[in-house]
Amino acid sequence: MTLSKIEPPEQDNGHMIQIERLSKKYKGADFFSVSDLNLTIARGEIFGLLGPNGAGKTTLISMLSSLLKPSSGAFSINGLNYKENQRQLKQTIGTVPQEYALYPTLTAAENLMYFGSMYGIPKYELKKSIQDHLETLGLSQFANKKINTFSGGMKRRINLIAGILHQPEVLFLDEPTVGVDVQSRNAIIDYLKQINAQGTTIIYTSHHLNEAEEFCTRVAIIDQGTIVCEGQPEELIAQHTNARHLEDVFLEKTGKALRDYA
Amino acid sequence: MRKLTASAYKEVVLLTRDLGGLAVLFLMPLLLVITITLIQDSSFKTIKQNKIPIVLVDNDRGEVSQTILENLRSSKMFKLAESTDEQEVQQQVQNGQYQLAIVIPKNLSSDLNQKVSDNVNGILAQFGAIEDSIPTTIKTVESKEVKLYFDPATQFSFRNSIKSGIDQMVSKIETQSIYKAFQEQITDDPTEKIFDTEPFITFTEIVPNAEEDALIPNSTQHNIPAWTLFAIFFIILPLSINMVNEKNQGTFVRLRTHPVSYAIVLGGKALVFLVVSLIQFTLMLLVGIYLFPLLGLPQLDVSDRLPLLFLVAFFVGLAAVGLGLLVGTIAKSQEQSAPFGATLVVILAAIGGVWVPVFAMPKFMQTLSGLSPMNWGLSAFYDVFLRNVPLKELVPEITLLLLFFVVTTALAIAYYNKKNAV
Repeated sequence: MTLSKIEPPEQDNGHMIQIERLSKKYKGADFFSVSDLNLTIARGEIFGLLGPNGAGKTTLISMLSSLLKPSSGAFSINGLNYKENQRQLKQTIGTVPQEYALYPTLTAAENLMYFGSMYGIPKYELKKSIQDHLETLGLSQFANKKINTFSGGMKRRINLIAGILHQPEVLFLDEPTVGVDVQSRNAIIDYLKQINAQGTTIIYTSHHLNEAEEFCTRVAIIDQGTIVCEGQPEELIAQHTNARHLEDVFLEKTGKALRDYA
Repeated sequence: MRKLTASAYKEVVLLTRDLGGLAVLFLMPLLLVITITLIQDSSFKTIKQNKIPIVLVDNDRGEVSQTILENLRSSKMFKLAESTDEQEVQQQVQNGQYQLAIVIPKNLSSDLNQKVSDNVNGILAQFGAIEDSIPTTIKTVESKEVKLYFDPATQFSFRNSIKSGIDQMVSKIETQSIYKAFQEQITDDPTEKIFDTEPFITFTEIVPNAEEDALIPNSTQHNIPAWTLFAIFFIILPLSINMVNEKNQGTFVRLRTHPVSYAIVLGGKALVFLVVSLIQFTLMLLVGIYLFPLLGLPQLDVSDRLPLLFLVAFFVGLAAVGLGLLVGTIAKSQEQSAPFGATLVVILAAIGGVWVPVFAMPKFMQTLSGLSPMNWGLSAFYDVFLRNVPLKELVPEITLLLLFFVVTTALAIAYYNKKNAV
C-alpha cells in the first residue's frame, strides 16, 4: 500500500512534542505518577518510553493523547498547545491503546469505518484506506468477520489500523505488541517502520526491550514518574560498561526489585 | 452530520447483532402489556361476569333476611351458599373457600319492624293522628349488627365496595319498612298507593367527549397507554447498559482521542433508541388492535387518533432516551446501571400514576407526581386515548417532555465534560 508523505509545517523547529514540567497525581494517590517531566521529541522519531510497571508510561501517553488532565505543566504537539487547540490536536494525533478498544460484535471493516468516520474522513477515501491497511497487515480476507472471532494478534492489528486511518502526524502506541505471537509482532513492527518512513512520529511504550532496542531511534527509561536516562539505544548501552543490551541498562537504572503496585 | 449518521449506523448494527437483546427489547414490553391487561380485564370480569363465592348465615329467618337473600341471589356478582353454623363459615372464609360470609343476626326482621313501628307511632302521636288505644311509649330495641367476614386475601377496595353495597341494601330495607309502617297506620287497604317507594335520584354514567361518538373506556384503553409508557421508559436499561459496555470495551476511551464531541456520540444513540421506542409503541398498538380481540380482551380503539398518539409517543421516547443517556453517562458498571435504571423506572411509574391514580395519592405525592415525566406522558396519552383532545391541549405536556430530554442530555454532556476535562 502507499501512504502519503506527511509534510512538516513551514516554520518548523524540528520538535514534534515539547513537554515542560509535566506532572500528574491521581486523586487520593500518595505520589506523583508523572513528576516534573521535561522531554522533547523530534519530528520523525520513533521514541520508546520504557519502564517497569507503574513507572508512569501509560499516564504520560494518556496525557499526551488528551485522555488525562495534567496536574501541572504543559505540552505542545506539532506546535499546538494542548489546552487551546484540543480539536486540532486530536486530528493530529493517533492513539493505539493497550486494550483492544473495538466493538466485538462489529466486523473489522465496520469497526474501522466507524472510527475512521469519527475523524471526518470521506466515505470513499476511508473505504479505500481500510482495504489497503487490511491488505498490508494480512487481514483483508477477514474484513467482514466479527472482531469477537479474531485471535489476539489479529485484534492488535485492527487496533493499530484504527489509530492510523487518518494518517496522524504523531502516533502514540501503548504496548502495541503485548500478548501477540512473533509473526503478528513482526508484522506490526514492520508496518510501524513503514508509517514512520512516511513522516509519522511514533511514541511507544513496551516491556519488550529487545524490540525497543531494534525499533526505536531514541528511548527514555522512566521510573517513579521521572526520566532516569534518555538517548539512542546504542549510546545508552555504550555509556554503561557492563551493559550489552538495553535490558542491562534498564535493570541497572531501575533495579531488580519487583514492582507490584495497586 | 457524517459523524452523527456514522454513530447512528453503528448503533443500529450493534443492536441487530444482538438478537437476544432485540427480542427482550421488543417482546418483553409486549408480554408485560398483555399480562397486565389480561389480569386487569379479569378484575373487571370478576365484577361483571365471574361470580364471587360468598356464604350467608341466616339467623333471622324473617322478612329482612329474605330480602337480603333475594337481593344477593338476583345480583350477578355472587355465587351464594347458605349455612347455619357461624363458626364453620368463619373457618371457611379464613381458608379462602369463600371470599365473604354474611351473618344476619337473630330477630332482625321482628326487631326492625318493632323499632320502625314504635318510631312511626311516636311521630303520628305527636301530630294527634293516632288512636288513644294504641300505646305511644317506645320500647327499647337493641340495635342489630350484620357481621361480615372477609377472606384475609381480599383487597381493601373490594371490602369497601362490598360493605358499601350491603349498607345500601340494609338502608333500602329500613326505608321501605318505614314506608310500610306509615302505610299501615294511615290506611287499612294495603294495595292503596300512598307513597312512591322507588328511588327519586338515580345515576347515569356520562362519558365526557367532545365528539358525538362517546368512547367507553375499558381495560385495554386504560392499560395500553399506561403500560406502553412504562415499557418505553424501560429503554433506559438497554441504553445505559449499552453505554456502560462501551466504557468497559474501551471504545469510549478511544473516542475521547478522536475529534468528535460527546454530543455527537449521544446523538447517534438517541436517534436509534428513539426509533426503537417508536417501534415498541407501534407493536403495542398492533397488539392492542389485532391480538387482544383474539385473547378475548377488548380491542384497542385508535380511530382518528394515530397522528396524535405517535406525536405523544415521540416525546415520551425522547424523555426516556434523555434519562437513559444520563444514567449511562454516570454509571460505571452494569451493576450500577441495571438495578438503578429499573428501580428508577418503577419509582417514576409509581409517582407518575401508572398504578395508583394521582388523585388517590396523598397531597405530597400528588405534588411529586407533577415532576415525573411518566405523569406528563400518561396525561398526554389519556388525553388522546380517553378524552380525544385536539393537539393544542397536548402542548403543555409534550413541551415538558421535550424540556426533560434537553435537561437530562445537557446534564449528561456537562457531567462527561467535567469528568474528562483535559
